Amino acid sequence: MIQNIPGETKTVVVERDIAHPPEKLWRALTQPHLMEAWLMQNDFKPEIGHRFNLRGEWGGVLDCEVLTLEPNTSLSYSWNFKHEDPAYDLTSVVTFTLTPTATGTRLRMEQAGFRPDQKQAFGGAHAGWKAFLDKLDTLLAQQDVTKEA
Amino acid sequence: MQTPPDALFRTLADPTRRALFERLCRDGEQTVGALTAQAGVSQPAVSKHLIVLRDAGLVRDRHEGRQTHYSAQPGALAPLIDWTRQMAGFWEARFDALEDLLKRMDQ
Repeated sequence: MIQNIPGETKTVVVERDIAHPPEKLWRALTQPHLMEAWLMQNDFKPEIGHRFNLRGEWGGVLDCEVLTLEPNTSLSYSWNFKHEDPAYDLTSVVTFTLTPTATGTRLRMEQAGFRPDQKQAFGGAHAGWKAFLDKLDTLLAQQDVTKEA
Repeated sequence: MQTPPDALFRTLADPTRRALFERLCRDGEQTVGALTAQAGVSQPAVSKHLIVLRDAGLVRDRHEGRQTHYSAQPGALAPLIDWTRQMAGFWEARFDALEDLLKRMDQ
């Protein structure tokens, strides 16, 4: 289990209002062929204790286990990535919470359990590459402007 | 040992060097010859860039016979990366894909 001691774990929260009802969103979160369409290839089953893998396009494989499951309301699974380089090794839990709203559903994703020495997170380093390099370009361009000024 | 951020920025400021590094991140280990074939510059120039990348800790070299193989060490970028923001970026992108999917799905 993840020890939830302040300073030892970190949490990433991403929330979004989705213009679709919770029941429909739940299907996208729990049906393997739909999960593949927005997240990754997988052998997920909506059963507590079910162990499955998420396979990223970059070749990385995440080890996961369904921890909690409350239809149309919440879902959590472990999200672990074994890597010999501690900068990539990752033990975390991802929790999705669905709250009905007037216009659809508020979707909240919370990912918790990184170690403090962990500077990078699994394929974030890969998935985020393009974005990172683009940002680097922008930053470097700004630096050039500063120098010329 | 970590390379200070300003040295990493300087190393990656060169577009040819950045392209070489990005390619190694994307495609895995490559020989100098294979990298040269797509770099659009001469092999000595590629080798020079690879040495700069190596000295910054961004790539690792491995000698095998007469060939030198290079592989990316993206961990060297750790000083530049705020992982929480990066992970949030990952999920924002996944949520975009999720919304696209929901639009295509039947009720």
